[in-house]
Amino acid sequence: MLAFFTDWWQYGFMRNAFWAVLIITPLFGILGTMIVNRKMAFFSDALGHSALTGIAIGVVLGVTDTNLSMIIFAIIFALLLNKISSKSTASTDTIISVFSSCSVAIGLAILSKGGNFSKYSSLLVGDILSITKKEIVYLIIIFAITLIFWTIAFNKLNAISINRTLAKSRHIPVSLLENLFAVLIAVIVMLSIKWVGILIINALLILPAASSRNLAVNMREYHFFAILFSVFSGVLGLIISYFTNVATGPMIIIIASLIYFLTFAYQKITHGN
Amino acid sequence: MRKIIEPCGLHCIKINHLGVTMGEQMILDDVNLHIHCGTLTAIIGKNGAGKSTLIKAILGDIPHTGNIEFKDREDGKIQKLKIGYVPQSLNIEKNTPLSVYDMIASYQSGFPVFLKKNKKLYREIKEMLTVFEADYLIDKQVSNLSGGELQRVLLSMAIMDEPNLLLLDEPISGIDQNGTELFYKTIDYLKKHFDLAIVLISHDLDYVAKYADKVVLLNHAILKQGTVGEVFHSDEMKQVFEKTEVEGC
Repeated sequence: MLAFFTDWWQYGFMRNAFWAVLIITPLFGILGTMIVNRKMAFFSDALGHSALTGIAIGVVLGVTDTNLSMIIFAIIFALLLNKISSKSTASTDTIISVFSSCSVAIGLAILSKGGNFSKYSSLLVGDILSITKKEIVYLIIIFAITLIFWTIAFNKLNAISINRTLAKSRHIPVSLLENLFAVLIAVIVMLSIKWVGILIINALLILPAASSRNLAVNMREYHFFAILFSVFSGVLGLIISYFTNVATGPMIIIIASLIYFLTFAYQKITHGN
Repeated sequence: MRKIIEPCGLHCIKINHLGVTMGEQMILDDVNLHIHCGTLTAIIGKNGAGKSTLIKAILGDIPHTGNIEFKDREDGKIQKLKIGYVPQSLNIEKNTPLSVYDMIASYQSGFPVFLKKNKKLYREIKEMLTVFEADYLIDKQVSNLSGGELQRVLLSMAIMDEPNLLLLDEPISGIDQNGTELFYKTIDYLKKHFDLAIVLISHDLDYVAKYADKVVLLNHAILKQGTVGEVFHSDEMKQVFEKTEVEGC
């Protein structure tokens, strides 16, 4: 019986995937708290989709490492979206949608040229079982950077999200921090998109934080539950996907969604609103 | 117990030739204001007259022409101006897991609010909230506060750094009659017991008449400024508030 549950640990690819999940999920849980607070769900979704365009540009330019073109494009895309949203008076989600659709269409058009899109279709759902040790090291580095950034900048980002003018009156560098945050999301989304998949990466950012909001009453609880739910869905999703032979990413999201509905119901029952 | 400073009446904030243009549109033109500590200046005017823009320009949130000086009237020395600000509203959704402590600590301190509570900071925040009888709110969720409670919390936060100038953008809705009365009483208390100047955007002319030391009537430029009597009985006032009755003053 015990062997049944420890069986998967024998495989190197499962161990690698396990460590990757243990790094990616808390990271997404943490970032999600601020993405949801700042109502940036649509922004991070558009960012995920821009991965296609980044790769397409890399292919067109003949870059050997399309990861690089993907990250650079995502950073430019994120900064551009930030700039346009802060300048324009039109509704932000409309603008993001326009840019996102346009960039996805360009990406798809280029990548599907000559009927070769199947080569890239694994990007859509992701494949965490293919992660290598070297790639895990990259994830550890970005994890460390995020923790440092979060410790230094979280209060200020929180202050900005509550009221920009008030934050400015306290000499908080509003635009700089907003841009840094957008760049950080861009880099993390791009580095993990191969493993999580374009179609579901946003769910992994939003769901744990959204579930946490159903229970938490302050920032400490908010972070705690978001990380807990994220890691729990990640690890359980990985193990279940091994036994059911289903893609890992979608399984993680299914569990994260279930947690959301459970916490939602809990909140309705206890608070009655 | 916190030391309460009497207003010295010697500090003066001068706003010289302040102007704001957005695109082609002139929002504010040549605004000149002298504000003294220990006084309450009320800014009145119709919607879209540039009241909030003036506050944002003073805060440096939007680019403007002209300058703002902060002088000691005795020796004329120019000092650095510390501004406290109470916004009209916050961008907080219902259910946001943000306690009053989290909010104030985010603005006041670099100690990350997602880690454990900083006891020293917690005490300081609580002490400041006590001034406005809001200390019992410290662990409550900001999104669950009533309009009046939120205002008291924001006021506490605005004076934590002991500002020389307090800018208040009064909320239009969400506060009942008792809450408004309490708000103006609190402002009056602040004015008398702290060494600061207060500028208030107000939507309630009755309360302005009762509490303001100086009134500024704004419509893209200053139409009239002076005491309550001077402004309220002026022709400019009648023109701006033609349809709304100006009574009780």
